[in-house]
Amino acid sequence: MAAKKTEQAEQAGQTERTKQAERPLPRFPEPDTAEFWRRTAARQLTYQVCDQCSRVVFYPRAACPACGGRTLSLQVSAGLGTIYSATLIRRAGHPYFLQRVPYFVAFIDLDEGFRMLSEVIHAADHTASSLVAKRVAVSWEEHSELSIPLFRPIAT
Amino acid sequence: MPGLESSVAIAGIYEYPKRLVGDLSVLGIKAVCAQAALDDAGLAWADVDGLYDAGETGLLGVLEFAEYTGISPRVIDATAVGGSSFEFHVAHAARDIAAGRCNVALLAYGSLARSQGRAIGVGSRLSAGPPTATSNMEDPYGLPLAGGYALVAQRHMHQYGTTAEQLAEVAVAARYHALRNPDARRALADLGIRRDGELRVEDVVASPLVADPLHVLDCCLISDGGGAVVLVSGSIARSVRPRPVWVLGTGEALASNDNGGDLTSGAAARSGPVAFQQAGLRPDEMEVAMLYDSFTITVLTILEDLGFCGKGEGGAYVEGGRLRFDVPGGPAVNTDGGGLSSNHPGMRGIFLLIEAVRQLRGQSTAQVAGARHAVVHGCGSQLGGRHSGGTIILGAR
Ligand SMILES: [Zn+2]
Repeated sequence: MAAKKTEQAEQAGQTERTKQAERPLPRFPEPDTAEFWRRTAARQLTYQVCDQCSRVVFYPRAACPACGGRTLSLQVSAGLGTIYSATLIRRAGHPYFLQRVPYFVAFIDLDEGFRMLSEVIHAADHTASSLVAKRVAVSWEEHSELSIPLFRPIAT
Repeated sequence: MPGLESSVAIAGIYEYPKRLVGDLSVLGIKAVCAQAALDDAGLAWADVDGLYDAGETGLLGVLEFAEYTGISPRVIDATAVGGSSFEFHVAHAARDIAAGRCNVALLAYGSLARSQGRAIGVGSRLSAGPPTATSNMEDPYGLPLAGGYALVAQRHMHQYGTTAEQLAEVAVAARYHALRNPDARRALADLGIRRDGELRVEDVVASPLVADPLHVLDCCLISDGGGAVVLVSGSIARSVRPRPVWVLGTGEALASNDNGGDLTSGAAARSGPVAFQQAGLRPDEMEVAMLYDSFTITVLTILEDLGFCGKGEGGAYVEGGRLRFDVPGGPAVNTDGGGLSSNHPGMRGIFLLIEAVRQLRGQSTAQVAGARHAVVHGCGSQLGGRHSGGTIILGAR
């Protein structure tokens, strides 16, 4: 019994250590973002449009922030956008990000009219400053049940 | 909204002098500070009938604090919007006192952020508790608190040509003031700040980058600390203090980074005009400005948003030491040394109020001669994302 407990504890510790080296993923159940993340498995970057006032809504939610409308349609983005602002993170507390520093985080204005936070990859020849206003395309990092949308600079 | 003149005043203040507290709990710090601020006002525990709490000890912290201190308030306000909560509390207390709902309002704060090793600026910031829409959209990307401010700074640079050297001016002025403040000097020593003397612009821009374009010296320090503020009705103010400091205007706002929005403008652009209008005063009538300096960029955008200069002109505005108490041409900014060089235990808003009152009483260590008006602006949570802004206009009269 005691031995089994120790083994379980070790396994738990092992899982914990393995987990720590991985990117933090969205957690479920979370009703607002469940469909967004489900679609990422098929590499679809989605956003909402309010049926009542046509406003583009992002992040996904149950009511339109402009008019309160309860019917929002999911649209698929082409995944192309412009970097609104960028920073190079050099210090981080989380173990995954600590092993990743330095890495670029940016706000990206997608062509469909929504702004999202993401990471910019394949940008080694850039600085945070030179990334601002650059065109980017979505790039998917696959995980078992979903994919994380990241962005990479593209030639213009 | 009716004017507040002569109806509500700050009568008592206290800032815990040490930044490594050591021998007190957070509730203990709050109680000690509250007692000292009441002493300052010439009032006692039993006089307190309004209690305002920022929830730094927990969601139901105000219940614990009331129990701990034996205070039995008639008005209870647990507005928790981050580091600016105390500016919101002043706004609410001013309304509550003006409406006759209470007469003596107590705001108290305590924190052991430094002793407890809280990495506020670059900690993991992964959400605790059940997932939410925002946690699920943000956690995968590893944006620390400092990163949100860095995104504002980078955009400001892109849009207006603001430079790292200009941002550094904010930190240089804060240190200039800190070196005149014995508590701040001791803070720099106790917290082990390696470079604890005078700062030059080149020192700031040569310090290591944390999140581009922000350097270590663009970021506030992390301390323990505490403080308290006592607000009273006009009749009490005239009877207990020779120099009450009057609340002349208040403004509150929340803001977020909406689709297509301008990241270089924050909640202050909406809370500021409301407060100035209520006070019937303009920014150029403020001799002192206590502006939340979590990071240098915070001060730059607040100066613009409050109307001390136009949007995008903040970089040029802060050049040449203009923020110093002894340089004319603008308000003296963060004359106690600020969060950058004196006191930032996580929620700095209460210290902005305390130093503004010192100035209007003529008791600052970087005193602006004859200061009559001060503006206080707190920025809570993360500029560049969801944040709160509370503006308070104070007058000595
Ligand atoms: Zn709508």
